[in-house]
Amino acid sequence: MFDTPRFANRSELLGIAVLAVLLLVILPLSLDVFRLNLVAKYLTYSFVALGLVLCWGCGGILSLGQGVFFGLGGYCMAMFLKLEASSAANTKIQSTPGIPDFMDWNQLTELPFFWKPFHSLTFAIVAVLVIPAIFALIVGAAMFKRRVGGVYFAIITQAIAAILTILIVGQQGYTGGINGITDLRTLKGWDIRTDHAKFILYFVEVGCLFVCIFAAQFIRHSKLGRILVAMRDKEDRVRFSGYSVANFKIFAFCAAAVLASIGGALFTLEVGFMSPSFVGIVPSIEMVIYTAVGGRMSILGAVYGTLIVNAAKTSFSESFPQLWLLGLGALFIAVVLAFPNGLAGIWRDLIQPRLDRFSRSPKPDAQWSQPMADKAPAE
Amino acid sequence: MFGDYSLSDLGAIFAMQGFAGLILFSVFLLMALGLAIIFGQMGVINMAHGEFMILGAYVTWLTSNFFQAHLPALFGGYFFVAMVLAFFASGALGMLVEWGLIRHLYKRPLDTLLATWGLSLILQQCYRSIFGAREVGVDLPQWMLGSFQVTDAIQIPINGVFVMVLTILITCAVAYILYWSRWGRQVRAVVQNRVMAGAVGINTEKVDRYTFALGCGVAGVAGSAFTMIGSTGPTSGQLYIVDTFLVVVFGGAASLLGTIASAFTISQAQSTLEFFLSGSMAKVITLLAIVGILMLRPQGLFALKVRK
Amino acid sequence: MPIGHLQKDFLLAVEGLTVSFDGFKAVNNLSFYVDENEIRVIIGPNGAGKTTVLDLICGKTKASSGSIQFRGKELTKLKENDIVQAGIGRKFQTPSIYDDLTVFENLEISYPRGRSVFGALTFNRDSAVRERVQEVAEMVFLKDRLGMTADLLSHGQKQWLEIGMLLIQDPDLLMLDEPVAGMSVSERVKTAELLNRIIKGRSVLVIEHDMKFVEDIAHKVTVLHQGQVLAEGSMESVKANPKVVEVYLGH
Repeated sequence: MFDTPRFANRSELLGIAVLAVLLLVILPLSLDVFRLNLVAKYLTYSFVALGLVLCWGCGGILSLGQGVFFGLGGYCMAMFLKLEASSAANTKIQSTPGIPDFMDWNQLTELPFFWKPFHSLTFAIVAVLVIPAIFALIVGAAMFKRRVGGVYFAIITQAIAAILTILIVGQQGYTGGINGITDLRTLKGWDIRTDHAKFILYFVEVGCLFVCIFAAQFIRHSKLGRILVAMRDKEDRVRFSGYSVANFKIFAFCAAAVLASIGGALFTLEVGFMSPSFVGIVPSIEMVIYTAVGGRMSILGAVYGTLIVNAAKTSFSESFPQLWLLGLGALFIAVVLAFPNGLAGIWRDLIQPRLDRFSRSPKPDAQWSQPMADKAPAE
Repeated sequence: MFGDYSLSDLGAIFAMQGFAGLILFSVFLLMALGLAIIFGQMGVINMAHGEFMILGAYVTWLTSNFFQAHLPALFGGYFFVAMVLAFFASGALGMLVEWGLIRHLYKRPLDTLLATWGLSLILQQCYRSIFGAREVGVDLPQWMLGSFQVTDAIQIPINGVFVMVLTILITCAVAYILYWSRWGRQVRAVVQNRVMAGAVGINTEKVDRYTFALGCGVAGVAGSAFTMIGSTGPTSGQLYIVDTFLVVVFGGAASLLGTIASAFTISQAQSTLEFFLSGSMAKVITLLAIVGILMLRPQGLFALKVRK
Repeated sequence: MPIGHLQKDFLLAVEGLTVSFDGFKAVNNLSFYVDENEIRVIIGPNGAGKTTVLDLICGKTKASSGSIQFRGKELTKLKENDIVQAGIGRKFQTPSIYDDLTVFENLEISYPRGRSVFGALTFNRDSAVRERVQEVAEMVFLKDRLGMTADLLSHGQKQWLEIGMLLIQDPDLLMLDEPVAGMSVSERVKTAELLNRIIKGRSVLVIEHDMKFVEDIAHKVTVLHQGQVLAEGSMESVKANPKVVEVYLGH
């Protein structure tokens, strides 16, 4: 009695296995490379959604600036790829060969200092993991140590997303401006634009996703995960049980930032460019809806929510572009008013009980393992 | 950087830039006033606030078209009619939204934020379907065109002055309603202690609904005034929403005086910086400064130490 | 000579404590001392500053001036979680528990181990934790409710759960804010019995209006009025004090 699983209980393990079969077998076998690449693109957002489950769903910290971290990861990767694509041989028609084309167009004659380390893939990968963590640490420490939270935190993170977008668009000589960093070609000499490469990259990405899912499950099932939920509920009680609430919030925010950044880096690899349109206010808040649709407390729900919302977006935008914005707007309202626990809540309340009745299998652990999703979290 | 200008040129530039800042101040303040009521007094985050403002702008545009077509003789005064209509249109929509959405979410501020964001998307799409994606602008009546010639180097456009005067009047009206009217006291009573306010006979639901409607109505008037100095498109509202929230938070959410001071500071800083830097860098630096200051002083510029 | 040296024997020494909210002094130049293993009850009319005193000790409110020393350690500069780790536990007036977690998890979170971020990440629910949780749950009458989500408990059970959460911390100084308020008569009796058991081996600071309860447990009573000490001493002496009768007991 009261044994906790370190990673997942039985039903969660089953869910992970189902997801693995879906992503690793069913989708690759049933979709062409173009569609599979679309799925890959959607899945990069699910890293952000995973982070939001920890930070918003469990910890009650709503960040409306996750696009910032998605962008940081994406730009770090894009800078490396762009430098590789801008070798002196490739760019000999420019007035300054060897620098990215947009710099040349903007009359830069030398590679800016902060671009230089991105010649190294190792540095780029480390940067993807470390830069967002440091940035989140600074913002988180400044805000949470001063007990700023809730809507104020949401507004500040939103402002940061706005600032970064304006900065990227405004400094086109250094960042590629509104078009972003485009025309990325090879990774260490391996052409990432071919169908074969896209196929391989899909599986690499799914692999990364499962590593991140396990990491998130580990955090969720540790005492830290329970403290996050406790904190969302009664911040003062946690504080007066001897915990530094600020440190736990900073941790959740940093973890969400790193997850978003990994997603961004993979996005650049999969899609072949990065632009400020993934950084700003609108994409950032849209990423929140993926988590909300999946069920804000559910790690697997985040992945399904991301896939469903994006698939809907793509199919609606193709046929009825006007309807999509209405649908998205309605989704925001519906998920808040009617389905605060999202798909995971519908599954747990409507489908699972029927399955249980059908199979008559007693689930001794279900009672202890999912206690916190019973009602909409109050903020 | 000043070498190329003579002293009097420089003075004129600063005066003009200061005036541009005052117009921006008016826009910020007009938008922020509605938010100061809804967010500052009720604690509700309304991300669709910009869309309520745009509704006012569209109402003004429709009114001006109507006067042009049917009552050309009275065209000089259409704006005053439009303003009243804008107030009631946005207020009525606000009342509807409070009834259908906001009242279910008073205890979940973050969810309110998400739901009202959804509302803003829906409203934007509605505007696009009804009024088209292109920006529309109203024709100003004759008396509002032209400018005052202060010195030979300094010109002050009349429509700008008009908007500023309007801003001052609306601010005074809001201040009166919130701080000196009986109804304003009820609003504060409800905000501070809902149960007690209900117990002493205040209809808290009605107060909530009308407060929200008032905030939206003020946004509608702001949108109406906005047409005097700029054109209106379906997404114009969203452009200002973050700035406006920052204005309110920076001023200390519950303080009207703080809102005014912070709108003034931010608009002047931004328009002055715009003279020295590119527009985007001016904006970046202004926003960074606000965010930085808010990190050091999260309660905003004007906040009281309260016992929780 | 610094005051701290004089008061070395006291567990808690509050001296010259003042806090003002917008000029209103909720606690005004307050001083009192609590011994090891002493049960001290604070009484006084509403608005006397009783809860504020607890808020000041546990760090929820920052003092405008004055000092609070706990085992010679100055608390006014410490953060809330450091004050808890120094050995002070606080129960709030309204039950403050985690509604979304089970009773077991509520108690486990209060278990004094793995309080850093890394510690919480690697915290292992071993047999020591489980036994201690069971033991405390039995003390607070919740042994058969361990798997229940806390928001399903009755008001009295929630109060007990919070007391249990404090017990598991094993604080040297336990601060209770109206522990029997809002309880049914039978719950009150059980709670008094519970408190009498848990106050052994530690110092306790209680705010309570229930005079019968106060007489039962108090070693010493401090009467607060308008943020200052009106009287202090045994229950009998305080009851006989005309000033106290006038402002508080007379009503």
